[in-house]
Amino acid sequence: MPGPKHSVLKRIMPQLLILAAALALNVLVFPDFFDIDFRNGRLFGSLIDVLNRGAPVAILCIGMTLVIATRGIDLSVGAVMAIAGATSAAVVTDGHGWGTALLAGLCAGALCGLWNGVLVAVLKIQPIVATLVLMVAGRGVAQLITEGKILTFSNEGLIHLGAGTIAGVPTPILIWMALGALVILVVRRTALGMLIESIGINERSSRLAGINSRVLLVCVYLVSGLCAALAGVIVAADIKGADANNAGLWLELDAILAVVIGGNSLLGGRFSILASLLGALIIQSVNSVILLSGMPPEFNLVIKALLILAILVIQSPRITYLMYMLRASGPQPQPDTDPLSNSPKEEAR
Amino acid sequence: MIRSTHLPLLVTLATFILAYALCVYAYPSMLSTRVVANLLTDNAFLGIAAVGMTFVILSGGIDLSIGSVIAFTGVFLAVILRDTSVHPLIAFMLVLTITTAFGAAMGGLIHYLEMPPFIVTLAGMFLARGAAYVLSTESVPITHEFYDVLQGLYWKAPSGGRFRLIGGVMVLTFLVGVLVAHRTRFGQNVYALGGGGQTAKLMGSPIASTTVGIYAISGGLAGLAGIVFSLYTSAGYSLATVGVELDAIAAVVIGGTLLTGGYGYVAGTFFGILIMGLIQTYIVFDGTLSSWWTKIVIGGLLFAFIVLQKGLTWATQARRRAATGFADPS
Repeated sequence: MPGPKHSVLKRIMPQLLILAAALALNVLVFPDFFDIDFRNGRLFGSLIDVLNRGAPVAILCIGMTLVIATRGIDLSVGAVMAIAGATSAAVVTDGHGWGTALLAGLCAGALCGLWNGVLVAVLKIQPIVATLVLMVAGRGVAQLITEGKILTFSNEGLIHLGAGTIAGVPTPILIWMALGALVILVVRRTALGMLIESIGINERSSRLAGINSRVLLVCVYLVSGLCAALAGVIVAADIKGADANNAGLWLELDAILAVVIGGNSLLGGRFSILASLLGALIIQSVNSVILLSGMPPEFNLVIKALLILAILVIQSPRITYLMYMLRASGPQPQPDTDPLSNSPKEEAR
Repeated sequence: MIRSTHLPLLVTLATFILAYALCVYAYPSMLSTRVVANLLTDNAFLGIAAVGMTFVILSGGIDLSIGSVIAFTGVFLAVILRDTSVHPLIAFMLVLTITTAFGAAMGGLIHYLEMPPFIVTLAGMFLARGAAYVLSTESVPITHEFYDVLQGLYWKAPSGGRFRLIGGVMVLTFLVGVLVAHRTRFGQNVYALGGGGQTAKLMGSPIASTTVGIYAISGGLAGLAGIVFSLYTSAGYSLATVGVELDAIAAVVIGGTLLTGGYGYVAGTFFGILIMGLIQTYIVFDGTLSSWWTKIVIGGLLFAFIVLQKGLTWATQARRRAATGFADPS
């Protein structure tokens, strides 16, 4: 919704507060957290690390937010990352330039996105199932491209995408911020965002209202595929090699988690890419707390799981309904506050 | 007459027979009890977990936590047998109680908080895997004489195949699963729930207890699969069985169960498991193909079966529309 500034701020306030809390925890366990040095022509510091390490999930969650807004889900992004990384590495080891390699990776991602989109929009297969096919087969395809090896490369241009800097700032940070700004601009300064939301709320009625939901759905999955491909190339460039088995492993879950933390409903409808990006940063900050505090990294998953559960409980329709009833009956304490007195029974039933 | 709901099951059966015939044609030695016995032994844990997944998918849900629960069970057993002197049987009971309660808790969350099963079980997946990590990040070997006894139990077929205990456990699980799905009230409620939650509610099916029961079964069977997996590998490792939930879902779909719920057979899943095992066996026999071909072939099969299901749904709807003269509301 292109509304006034303060409504955007209001929308992302919970995410900002959680992020602030996560960063405060970071400072607690590591007082120098906010120190940023400029050494050897590059910015160094824990905060920069959070922004840099969060790049793949941030890029993935841009596409994932759009997909989830249409009431869909894209489970294949991790596998697409592996495919795109493998394609780029294969092209670059064949002696082509880094531009060609990046383009080839993005094309591979676009093809994967197109495949998902056609399955969902044209064949009308449930999104979870449709993208599951590529999630299962995708890593096999990536292995096919790398011929079962970890393809390493030493092309400076490609490596620059993942491990280099522009004006002292690590390239991945610039890429995800620019991509996020671009997509937010495109969906919010045009009617596109609203059309996507309308598909998520009710596909049939939006089709009857004249929206070409089929093309739009394919496009949304295409964008998700492209985002995954970009993330895949960055991850491959970062480690100077394409690892078909481990590149992007479980990142689809982190991306979905980022979208959920961003307060976007998995049932589609209104979305905020900015909030999802904050969600990605929250995840990375939590990871960083666990690392910096010297807690065993084993706890990482447990904490993440508890975080999802807490957010789920807050987001659940039942709790939202209860809160609404509490709030509605709060200001005017009239004798017949039926909804409030009924709701505990409703819950117990 | 062949009913259209039976067709996916028949296609699965035909696929299995055809695939086996092709394998035997390429490698005649695959037609031996050894191969069959190994097929059962190697896929025992996956098969047991897939029975639980069949119930979940029949009800229109999904359970992403089973791989993690299997790993947790293995690590839990290994750690408890290493650090205490508890008898394995008591440990088995303990771990089955934990995993069943875990599944029931997820089912409760799904029902009472009206959350999508996908995201609740995703949280469960993180939680179980995390719990396994917390117990131990290293592979813990299991050395208990009772394990050796269990592993030594097998029935040797005349031509040399060894049908081990864990394969038998899987077949038994499938038999019980078939009985529960088709011969009990709970099974009928599961089908009703998959056909449509609202309709099931109006019909008077107990939605709450069925949902909780389904996920409790899935959790409990994942625990049983974990026990079988620990017998199979003699170790507990928190990084083991990553992605097993996807294999189980694939087996269920290849077995002809509709992913939207309501239609399908537990027996179909058995053949789904066997088809997937057969692909792996073929690749082992071939020797030149890499193991990642398994993933591609399974992905392709998954796609083929999903399209088949879609085509059947279309055909049914078209027939219904033609019969009643009304447009289908969906």
